[in-house]
Amino acid sequence: MERTTVQRGLNPALRGRRFEWFPIVNTTFLILVALLCILPLVHIIAVSFSSSAAASAGYVKLWPVDFTLASYEYAASRSEFWQSMVVSLKRIAIGTPLNLLLTIMVAYPLSKESDALRFRLVYAWTFFLTMLFNGGLIPWYITVKELGLLDTIWALVLPTAVPVFSVVLLLNFFREVPKELEEAALIDGASHWTTLWRIYVPISKPALATLALFSMVEHWNSWFDGLLMMGNPANYPLQSYIQTIVIQQNLSNMSRDDMLNLALISDRTLKASQIFLGSLPIILAYPFLQKYFVKGIVLGSVKG
Amino acid sequence: MGMKLRRELPLHFMILPGLLFIVIFSYIPMAGIMIAFQKFIPAKGLFGDQKWIGWDNFEYVMNLPNFGQVLWNTLFIASLKLVLGLIVPIVFAVLLNEVKNEFVKRSVQTTIYLPYFLSWVVLGGILIDILSPSGGIMNSFLKAIGLPQVFFLGDNNWFPGTLIISDVWKNFGYGTIVYLAAITNIDPGLYEAATIDGANRWHKIWHITLPGMRMVIVLLSVLSLGQLLNAGFDQVFNLYSPQVYESGDILDTFVYRIGLLDAQYGVATAVGFFKSVVSLILISTSYFFAYKFAKYRIF
Repeated sequence: MERTTVQRGLNPALRGRRFEWFPIVNTTFLILVALLCILPLVHIIAVSFSSSAAASAGYVKLWPVDFTLASYEYAASRSEFWQSMVVSLKRIAIGTPLNLLLTIMVAYPLSKESDALRFRLVYAWTFFLTMLFNGGLIPWYITVKELGLLDTIWALVLPTAVPVFSVVLLLNFFREVPKELEEAALIDGASHWTTLWRIYVPISKPALATLALFSMVEHWNSWFDGLLMMGNPANYPLQSYIQTIVIQQNLSNMSRDDMLNLALISDRTLKASQIFLGSLPIILAYPFLQKYFVKGIVLGSVKG
Repeated sequence: MGMKLRRELPLHFMILPGLLFIVIFSYIPMAGIMIAFQKFIPAKGLFGDQKWIGWDNFEYVMNLPNFGQVLWNTLFIASLKLVLGLIVPIVFAVLLNEVKNEFVKRSVQTTIYLPYFLSWVVLGGILIDILSPSGGIMNSFLKAIGLPQVFFLGDNNWFPGTLIISDVWKNFGYGTIVYLAAITNIDPGLYEAATIDGANRWHKIWHITLPGMRMVIVLLSVLSLGQLLNAGFDQVFNLYSPQVYESGDILDTFVYRIGLLDAQYGVATAVGFFKSVVSLILISTSYFFAYKFAKYRIF
């Protein structure tokens, strides 16, 4: 506001010289692009609530036609759906606390100065190197297999138990904590363990909330490890389950060009409903996500 | 000394569990790269008595008729994603910064990074539906404005473009946030001074906003160079089909198919090893330059 006042006050020649087309074109363009980011999702939701006849005839745009819950009732009636939902929830329930605990326990020592922790640089590089280089898919798969983890929930949570990127974020965050707090605790006879949980963790709540959300989204969205590590589809997490019925089936169907058989028509609303269910937690958590993520993303990308 | 050690020891214990996980799930697979030099028989185990065959697996891969094509696809798709993935968020952040209406600005900002949080399974499902040649809303739209139907996901001429654009679509919101944050840090006094000197909107964008973002632009471009062999497994795997292997098969999907589906573990590990080594060189180089030009330090 103040800036425009200055502008008008000091340089009247610039004011009202010509029609300001740029703000209008610009705003319109930006709104259109923003719409392009959510309308596909809105369309899928509309399809999922429409009758299969309306959906297959292409009548559905952004609002359901012949509103029905049929596809959701069908999805809910399949035990595979609930099984995979339970696997996903279990994965988050075990995986997220484990990720947070290990992130905290690794980040705290690494945030110390090298003279307070011998081999600090060796530790730091040991963790960091895994972000630069990895054994690749096959050795990774064989390792998990030989540990006997295939077809257990542990195959989904243990390999990613230490999220190194989160460790890096948190150790940088811990370094900003005023040293005086720790010194005061030390004089009172507090151990590192106490200092960590009584001072560092409470002070880092916003950062930890961000990391918790990172971890939950990651666990919810992962699908490939489920596909790879689970021989029995009953052990698939939800995204892997959706992958098999929405993507794999669809691709085999697409190669056949005549798609106008009835089985396929009802397939479309069913797939749409599964897609929506697969994204629902993210959409519901989105207000929280974006509040924390903006900070987290910026913290992670533009520090230094 | 004893006092100091007693104070230090708990820190080593604290880091131990995390270290153990990293050793088991990152370093053992790294050691597993030796499979690339073996005629690997899974039943004998990772550290079993396997037959060593030197570089045979690598030679075998290099001589595969489609390996060159796969490598080309990977580089082509990844580099276009890289370039567009840098430019689009910069342009978008600059344009968004020009919007004075706070409500519009915030709404647009909130909306554009929703796709970033959705998995490629979900987005793949959405794209397959809306791009479908029969009854997909995209083709209905093309038909309505009198354009020919396009089989976006089944036509080798269209598939790479569809991959690149949908990838930019998913991710540009993320970059935009980072660049907007950089713009917010620019001293408003510079704009006021420029206005007094008679600068118009374009002058200000060119001489103040863009230079103000320079560090972040350099940093993100340099860091993204490390991704040159990552054309996006999640995305390609969920969108491709045998019809578009010719234009869309990338190193990662290739490894998956020959490694796990055809059970040629040694050959697939050789391809993975090749990719890891090239990536390591690229990423190390990019970190080096990021440090040099933008004083970027990871820890």
